[in-house]
Amino acid sequence: MNASRLGAMVRKEFVQMRRDPATLRIILAVPVLQLLLFGYAIRTDVRNLPTVILDQSRTQESREFVERLVATGNFVTRGEAHSYEQALEAVDDGRARAAVVLPPSYARDLKRGRPTAVQVLVDASDPTASQNAIGAAQLVGQTLNVEIVEKRAGGRDAQPPIDVRVRPLYNPALKSSIFIVPGIIGMILSNILIMLTSMSLVRERETGTLEQLIVTPLARTEIMLGKIVPYVAVGYIQMTTVLLLGHFVFQVPLRGPILGLYAATFLFITANLGLGLFISSMGRTQQQVVQSAVFIMLPNVLLSGFMFPREAMPAAARLAGALLPLTYYLELIRGIVLKGVGLRELWPQTLALALFAIGFFSFATQRFHKTLE
Amino acid sequence: MTAKPVVEVRALCKRFGSVLAVDDVSFDIAEGEVFGLLGPNGSGKTTAIRMLCGIMKPSAGTASVAGADVEREPDLVKSRIGYMSQAFGLYRDLTVNENLEFYGGVYELGARRAERVAWAKQAMRLVEIGDRLAGVVSGGQKQRLALACAMMHAPRVVFLDEPTAGVDPAARRLFWTIIRERAVEGVTMIVTTHYMDEAERFDRLVFLSRGRVKAIGTPAEVKRQFGEGLSLEDIFVALQEHDA
Repeated sequence: MNASRLGAMVRKEFVQMRRDPATLRIILAVPVLQLLLFGYAIRTDVRNLPTVILDQSRTQESREFVERLVATGNFVTRGEAHSYEQALEAVDDGRARAAVVLPPSYARDLKRGRPTAVQVLVDASDPTASQNAIGAAQLVGQTLNVEIVEKRAGGRDAQPPIDVRVRPLYNPALKSSIFIVPGIIGMILSNILIMLTSMSLVRERETGTLEQLIVTPLARTEIMLGKIVPYVAVGYIQMTTVLLLGHFVFQVPLRGPILGLYAATFLFITANLGLGLFISSMGRTQQQVVQSAVFIMLPNVLLSGFMFPREAMPAAARLAGALLPLTYYLELIRGIVLKGVGLRELWPQTLALALFAIGFFSFATQRFHKTLE
Repeated sequence: MTAKPVVEVRALCKRFGSVLAVDDVSFDIAEGEVFGLLGPNGSGKTTAIRMLCGIMKPSAGTASVAGADVEREPDLVKSRIGYMSQAFGLYRDLTVNENLEFYGGVYELGARRAERVAWAKQAMRLVEIGDRLAGVVSGGQKQRLALACAMMHAPRVVFLDEPTAGVDPAARRLFWTIIRERAVEGVTMIVTTHYMDEAERFDRLVFLSRGRVKAIGTPAEVKRQFGEGLSLEDIFVALQEHDA
């Protein structure tokens, strides 16, 4: 390793980056755009599910149930149905996403202390949206139960038979933007860095500049490191941008040790750059490399836990996710930013990232050696 | 040839699978010589050059370049030679100056860098275009810039692989003038070319065919070996037909 040679390489990469406005735009604009897109447009906390009501009881009690349901914010009434078939039809043809069916005996049963059943039909084709709605409906039922039982027992010393306390941790408003912003940092870093680095080495090969570099005293590791260093800087700029925007625009808290986060991010960035260089050393043309990069980027979005909880995945998908650096980084950054825990608690994730960084980078250098023979 | 040769090639071989790309090649090159490496496509020229540059290991035989053994000391070889590839191998999105400075850093010139950049621009007739992007300068200027970058560290031996391909005649003439100037300064220039009229410009040359040396010597000597009255082009064509 030689400072003059590595320095020349790094300086050159920075100048080239500056001369390439398209890449600069990707580096600077994409994180901001994605943050706004995911932060505002994509909400997994679907609220205001259009709902039809079939109130066969038509009593004060039944209206109270509907009001409570609407008050959760998950449902908004879209008219009344006059029969069970009508209610089903509304959900079937998409006019409504949910239907609430209160039996004729609702108020009577309640007064007489008999169990009664309220049916909530939810369009579950979007599981995330329906889960929230189901949760909200059950919660309303439980609260009412408790109140009724309490009333029946008469007097405040009576113990409610069911004591359900739901207390969402970390994200009391259940706002998905808070959960998703740290994830965006991880996903953007991973996808953009993989794309940029995988292109950079193969571009040198395609334009013939690599052939010229190889006959100089530049060591292979110096070529690789020279390509990586500028992109580490790029990664930190992107991360800081999203973190600040997320904090001030989406009120994402920054609870844990931010310095620790930056330190661990170095491992994550290096792992992705190593992965990018590895892809680069496999391909001969930029097109081939873009294809391979996309092959990594899709699992990054789908299997890492960025969009869908990994707990819900089948074993094979979970295993595939475990091979992605992003999976560990998401646990790490969410832990630090949202829960306020430190690297000491997150050492398994940190260790995994360190192993990825070392592994990918040395593997890429080795492949690079071979391809030049 | 009284002084010790600057390039010594002894029974050099390179085998790819069952093919002998370079087969028992031997020659010497003296300091300050303009030496030609000629032969049809697939004759082993490029493989031979790659071994002499220290980027490919010989299967058998030895070679030393500028006092360093190509097999045992490839890094030393690389620091003592310059190499100008067939395709323009410089950064089109960097300026002429930036390319020169980059190679100055790669060759660890340190404090001497500014002085060498100035020398290179003077010697290669690039003074006026220092701030232009390398991608937009003319073919001849690209070629001279490539030679300048290859010579930033004042190497004793320079390899030029098809340097004048696709360059207009005036630029080619200027390029040969510059090559001669460097040779007079004592730099050994090893050139491959397809242009047979250029072959007459070599001090000495070697003809390769199917990895073997077919002829070696001054242009006049090579012509005599193949028979009086033949031009180098005739010999080249004859060799190519013989191989086909």
